[in-house]
Amino acid sequence: MSGTETGYNYAYLDEQTKRMLRRVILKAVAIPGYQVPFGNREMPMPHGWGTGGIQVTASIIGPDDVLKVIDQGADDTTNAVSIRSFFAKTAGVATTTRTEEATIVQTRHRIPEKPLKEGQILVYQVPIPEPLRWLEPRETETRKMHALSEYGIMHVRLYEDIATHGRIATSYDYPVQVNERYIMRPSPIPKFDNPKMDMNPALQLFGAGREKRIYAVPPYTKVKSLDFDDHPFEVQRWDESCALCGATDSFLDEIVTSDRGDRMFVCSDSDYCGDRQAARRKEAAE
Amino acid sequence: MNATDRPLLRVERLTKRYGERFACQDVSFDLWPGEVMGVVGESGSGKTTLLNCLSARLGPDGGRVLYNTRHQGMRDIYETSEAERRLLMRTDWGLVHQNPRDGLRLAVSAGANIGERLMAVGARHYGEIRQAATDWLGRVEIDEARIDDLPRAFSGGMQQRLQIARNLVTRPRIVFMDEPTGGLDVSVQARLLDLLRELVASLGLSVVVVTHDLAVVRLLAHRLMVMRQGRVVESGLTDQVLDDPQHAYTQLLVSSVLQA
Repeated sequence: MSGTETGYNYAYLDEQTKRMLRRVILKAVAIPGYQVPFGNREMPMPHGWGTGGIQVTASIIGPDDVLKVIDQGADDTTNAVSIRSFFAKTAGVATTTRTEEATIVQTRHRIPEKPLKEGQILVYQVPIPEPLRWLEPRETETRKMHALSEYGIMHVRLYEDIATHGRIATSYDYPVQVNERYIMRPSPIPKFDNPKMDMNPALQLFGAGREKRIYAVPPYTKVKSLDFDDHPFEVQRWDESCALCGATDSFLDEIVTSDRGDRMFVCSDSDYCGDRQAARRKEAAE
Repeated sequence: MNATDRPLLRVERLTKRYGERFACQDVSFDLWPGEVMGVVGESGSGKTTLLNCLSARLGPDGGRVLYNTRHQGMRDIYETSEAERRLLMRTDWGLVHQNPRDGLRLAVSAGANIGERLMAVGARHYGEIRQAATDWLGRVEIDEARIDDLPRAFSGGMQQRLQIARNLVTRPRIVFMDEPTGGLDVSVQARLLDLLRELVASLGLSVVVVTHDLAVVRLLAHRLMVMRQGRVVESGLTDQVLDDPQHAYTQLLVSSVLQA
């Protein structure tokens, strides 16, 4: 493995830790949406920077894998660049920014716009894994509520949203029910991405480092966003299209371009946007 | 024998110890549908321990608590699974705490507080939940315009009424009340008692009400148990016990009430 840092084990973590993590991941896959505790390790970065996701990735990555890392959809943000170079150095793996080439995609806050395929693994970085936490501070109680499927308070939260805003205003980290059983927090992805989790051919793994929990959505598993009969689940829509590539079907970021209030809307998925721009240039040249 | 021929709750020789000390000892009684049972006694007489044992929140050391379930007949509540017990607690039973802040979710609106039990048993239609919450606010005499206010913006009496509405929305069969009028001033108490009497009668509720206030049981309870040092020293019809107390302790209790 030329080009890798010496003095570290492959993919930074020691083999015993990786075995522990793999056991946890297997259990998580076996019980979709159930949060499995694991022994969190000190990582060379602070909690909140994706230590949970990195430990999951470190335990599953092999020399033949191709890694893509995105932060808010973009491949070129600080978090994404540093995690990508971390694994390039410690595991010597090839990296990519192209969704379709990657075998593992580690993500913070987005699911790529291009559909994922069988065999790909999506690794989410999760800040707070417990969906019931906002109304129930006791861990013993939330575990019991999960065990007994007592999920009434999740709808109390949506009720409050409608009572206050006239509609379900929760726009990210929108709670879902996995495989008609466990309620799960999908990490702070926009609810725009929630439908992509449903029956996705890729394996989805969620790692929360500080909270020491791993959970999973296996390929082709039902993922339903919670809602009311008379206030069904809806995703965000924009009146604008992407200013760079013209896409109307992607999640758009609003970027302020001057102090006079000028702004533009662009795709948050940089890979998707880049591909579309290239295709447009090619078309224009022909 | 059909379900109405049996008591709703049967308590047999219920005993609870804290270490060597008996908190309640050999308590037995039947509670029939539509009946209101008062439990009085001074502080430390075991009233609240008894209520906790009855409402499935504190396992007894001896004796049984049998509940007449809707489908399975009389069942010992401590032999049912925890899942069944918790389901009972949010459907068939209600629990009114002395301090409304223990029974309410203070971080969510009054409407959500009332709707929570409905949503816990599967209501998924916002409009209907909202309508039920509005109706119940009206029934407990809270202005419907305050449906979206947080309970902490309510007065003590309103919080207590909200707690009652929150419990009654799923039409429970038994409501356990621990000092429901504690900490309220007399005029608010009087209105609350009036309201409780009206609700109990119109819904046909069975109630176990624990209090140290004899006026409360005089107004609410059909039957009365007087507890002292963990034992029931006297029981009977409320008026009979209060007007013609037989046990020395009951006599003391009745004569201790200040006449205004």
